[in-house]
Order: sequence, then structure tokens, then C-alpha cells
Amino acid sequence: MSAQQWNDLVLDTDVLVIGGGPAGTWAALTAAGNGAQVVLVDKGYCGSSGATAPSGTGVWYVKPDEKLREEAKGSRYTLGGHLAESRWMDQVLDRTYENMNKLAAWGYPFPLDDSGSPYKRGLQGPEYMKLMRKLVQKAGVKILDHSPAVELLADEHGVGGATGVRLQAGGTWTVRAGAVIIATGGCAFLSKALGTNVLTGDGYLFAAEAGAELSGMEFSNAYAISPTFSSVTKTAYYRYASFYYEDGTIVEGAGSTRGRSVIARNLLQGRQVYARLDQAPEDIHHLLRVGQTNFFLPFDRLGINPFTDKFPVTLRLEGTVRGTGGIHVIDENCSTIVPGLYAAGDAATREFICGGFTGGGSHNAAWAMSSGSFAGGGAANYVKKLGERNETRRLRGLSSTTLTHRKTGVPEALTASRTQERIEAVKDEVTPYDRNLFRTDEGLAQSLGRLDDLWQDIRGSVSTRDAEGVKARETAAMAATARWMYRTAQERTETRGMHKREDYPKMDASQRYRLVTGGLDDIRVRKVEVAEPIAALKEGAH
Amino acid sequence: MIELLSQEKCISCNQCVNVCPTNVFEKVVDGIPVIARQSDCQTCFMCELYCPVDALYVAPDSEASLSVSEEELESSGLLGGYREKVGWGPGRTPVSKHEYMYQLAVRTSF
Repeated sequence: MSAQQWNDLVLDTDVLVIGGGPAGTWAALTAAGNGAQVVLVDKGYCGSSGATAPSGTGVWYVKPDEKLREEAKGSRYTLGGHLAESRWMDQVLDRTYENMNKLAAWGYPFPLDDSGSPYKRGLQGPEYMKLMRKLVQKAGVKILDHSPAVELLADEHGVGGATGVRLQAGGTWTVRAGAVIIATGGCAFLSKALGTNVLTGDGYLFAAEAGAELSGMEFSNAYAISPTFSSVTKTAYYRYASFYYEDGTIVEGAGSTRGRSVIARNLLQGRQVYARLDQAPEDIHHLLRVGQTNFFLPFDRLGINPFTDKFPVTLRLEGTVRGTGGIHVIDENCSTIVPGLYAAGDAATREFICGGFTGGGSHNAAWAMSSGSFAGGGAANYVKKLGERNETRRLRGLSSTTLTHRKTGVPEALTASRTQERIEAVKDEVTPYDRNLFRTDEGLAQSLGRLDDLWQDIRGSVSTRDAEGVKARETAAMAATARWMYRTAQERTETRGMHKREDYPKMDASQRYRLVTGGLDDIRVRKVEVAEPIAALKEGAH
Repeated sequence: MIELLSQEKCISCNQCVNVCPTNVFEKVVDGIPVIARQSDCQTCFMCELYCPVDALYVAPDSEASLSVSEEELESSGLLGGYREKVGWGPGRTPVSKHEYMYQLAVRTSF
């Protein structure tokens, strides 16, 4: 921090939130509501960044009725391989109910039900995030847009801030804070799945560099159905799809949930699969068109009617965005094992509420708004206890790769083309269905060999505190994420949740534990018992 | 990806520069913004929603760039079409409160 330039920004605050999606904005709002001074930084724009803003999503909003709640808790319990915990599900259902009611009171335009009351089971991303930005600003939170973080700051007491780059204003930013909340989303490896290219696993890397752990990283192989010609990865409507080969015959067994593997195996053999939403009753077509406006956007622009025309589909990687792995949290405040560091939303593990599987949507949306609130409250209280000690801290940067202010005199500084090569190298390991979706011991070991080499290469390189350096740090985060995923996937020698092992196709009752992963150069994986025995929850409708 | 920033319609409010999550646009002193980093476009369509004069067009293909004709887009109603469907802009009602949202939920489990 010595080579400060005229446009370098330095701020002191109580709580720093990294990431301005649903989890980050709820965290900021809650921390501010608890009396904390808050700065929120987003690598893009708080209000449009992330997977939620351009989408519509269902929300796990369930009235506090015992029977309804039991059904809701059972809905993905078995699919998730019995790794969710009732205590956590209760806590998230309660907080989601509370927060959704707040959104109605704060003016979110919900539709009305038959009795004229707001119907609160879904949110439209653009509307939701526009409102969240407004609320955050009204709460006095300082927002820095286009300000990606590049590393955390810490001292012997724990995490105490972060530094980053101001992409539009120029220069760097440094925020010294009593506590930091990571709400940077998951990692979709720049697959262009809708809204996810800002989600490159940065927060995982920051957390690991601070000594925090990750959990459930084997549940990281989500792929979404999308038209080949489009980024729109909304999959809900594919429940109405029939899938066809080029010649018009049906692809047996293909489907939007369990039949996704069938689509993948065909694509692997070079056989293009086509979809047509011909199972949607005609009298709901107009409802569907309004229900998910953006689903129809690519079709409308190309003059395709998806109810009557066949269109080619692919499976686009969503990694941990629709997976469930993420930063390991150790209590109901979403604390990590590192003092002063909290995690929320897709950046944190979602195993507590959906185990090893999530279809995205409702559970993720509920987790984002609840975990954001938990972390915001927890961080604000932590800072209060920290008191005056915060004033005199000597903080240092935690980046595991060398960061420099200037390119001059640094011959090793990364060029954009070298970074691009590394991005492609990571993608080559995580995108192919026969590596990531269908895993084998052999495939994982081969990938890890190459990824470990790539990691060492990245570790030895220098990146600058500017836009190019941000991409280099994103690349480091993606390489690290891929290694955590596959190292953990090696350890789970069974098929559970979304984690599919070709060499171990069955669930093994003796492996009902969490896998907690840590480390940068040497990755270690430990087993952690699930806190509750298998619950007798029935699969319900929610 | 982003294919059009209409020279004629743009009023230099720079909202697109602000809201683009991947920093695709760049401000120009005394001029209208430019599409400076097209290949960074993630095809999320957010810029179209925030453009007050419907001067932007994002083609659905997220991988390849293709040329578009402003005239054709205009005549086919595609310029500003998404913003209209989402119900943003003066005198419009947000689609989020559309009665079909609830009706769909009643008919299906969405």
C-alpha cells in the first residue's frame, strides 16, 4: 500500500461486504440495521451483477404452518443425499419468510392472489435487485461499483479489510474494516450461463488465502439446459419439453431433471439433441410467456416459437452457482473459522439446506437472503465487540500470487493473452461432461495433474493492480476452485446428490458425511459428521 | 452479445456504462459511449433494461458477433422490446405484478 497514487481510495468502516447480489445486499442492509457503518464493493454494478439480476426466480417461501414446513423440508432432502439439516432449514425458512414480508412492505411489486394479498413465492431479478440497491443506499451504505476485490487484508487478530481495483475511476481501493463478508457468488467458469461471468470463485480464493475452509466442493457439477445459440439457462420450462434427434425421433429418457445425463451422453457422442416445449398445455402458453420473460427473449429475437419449433440444446456449465459447495460456515451467523470473516449466498456452502443437490431457484434465493442477513447481523455484532482494537491494526495483504502496482520493470507481469490461455486450460478440465458431470478416478487424477501444474505456474507469476490483473486473479480463483472440486470429488467414492462417479454409481450409506477442503498448494480434505441423523422427511411439493 | 448502440437514439446518459456488470461500455468525453469490450459481454440483457431511450440491442448469441441492421430491429419491434415486456419505462406496469404470475402459480407448481 506504499505506492499510493492520486486516485487511490482508502476507506475505514465497520463492515465490508464483497459482492452486491442478493446475499451481499441483504448482508449490507442487515449490518447497517444493526448499527454498523458499511461499505459494499461489487466487481460490476450492484443491481445488475450476478445470476439473480437478469433472471426470475422462485423463492422457498413457506408459511409457518407445521405441515407445510415439513413438506418443504422434505422436498429436496432425498435428492440432496440426506446432507441437509433440519435446524438450518428451519432457520432459513423463518428468515426467508420474514425477509419476503419485508420486501412486500418496502414496495416490491408482488402479484396479488385471489384474496387480494401479495403472492410472495417468486421474485423478478431486475425488479428485486433494483429495489435492493435502493434500500442499501437508503440505509447509508457506501457502494463502490466496478470495484473488484483482489485480496483480503489481515493481521494476527483476523481479517481486517480488502483491497481492489477501480475499473472505471482508475487506481485502487483499500477498505479497512472490522469484519468482511464474502458474498461473491459461486463459480461458473466464464461459461456465459445467464449473468454468471462475474462469478469466478474469487471469494473462495480470498477465503482460502485467509485460512478458511470450503465444504461440499464435490457438489460443483451443475449444468443447465440452454439453446445452443443462447446464454439463457432458465431450465424450469424444460419440464414441458420433448427431446428429439435430428431425424425427429424421440431421445428416450431425456428430461430436464434426472434425464439431463441422457442429453449429456448424446452430446458427448456428437449427436445433437433438440427440444420442443410441446407438452405445455396450450391454455397456459400466455402465462408461461409472462412468467419468465427472459426465457423467451432469444427465441423471439430469432423468430422461433419454442412451443411448436424444435431447437438445438446444449448443457452449459453452472459449476457451483447451481451446485451447493462453497465456503464452510461454522455457526448460525455464517462465520468462517477465521475471525472477522463471514460468507453468504452462493459463496457459502448450501449443503445445510439442500445437501448435495439444488435445482437452483427457490432454495438458493432463500439461502441468499437468509445467509446474507445472518452474516450481516453476525459481522455487525462482531465489530461491536472488537471496539477500539480496530483502530491500530497493522494489516497485510493475503494474496497467494504476487500483486504489483506497476507493470514497468516486471518482466513476468502477465499479458492478457497468457491469462486467456490459462482460462482456456481451466475450462478444458471443468467443462467436458466426461470429466466433470461423469467423474472417474482416472479422469479426476489426470485433470488434477494438469491443474496442479497450472496452479504452480500461476503461483509464480506476477499480476498488476489493474483490469488485467483482476482477470489474472479471477483465473487463479478458477484454477484453485477446479482443484478443490476435483480433489474433493476424488475423496467421495460414491454417487450422492449431483456428484456422479461412473466408477462408484451407487450411494454408500457409510459416506454420509461432509467433505471439508482447505489449503492452496497442498489441498487437504477432512470428513465432518452431519450434525443430525437421517430425518424422516417426506418428499413434498415445495 | 451487444451489437448495437444507436448513434441516433443515444442521449449520452451513460447508464449503460454504469450498469453493465462486465464493463463493456466506455464513456466518451463530449460524445456518446462506445462498445469498447464487446467480447466481455455476457449477454445478460441488463443494459437494454436500463437504457431510457431503447438505443441498445443485445443479440441472443453469446459466443459469436453478428451484424444487425438498426432499421430492421426497429421495424420488427425488437429495439426496446425486452424493456417493454419487463414493464419498465414511464406509464408501464412491472411484469413482476402481472396477474399471470399468480395464475401460472395456481395452474402449475412454479
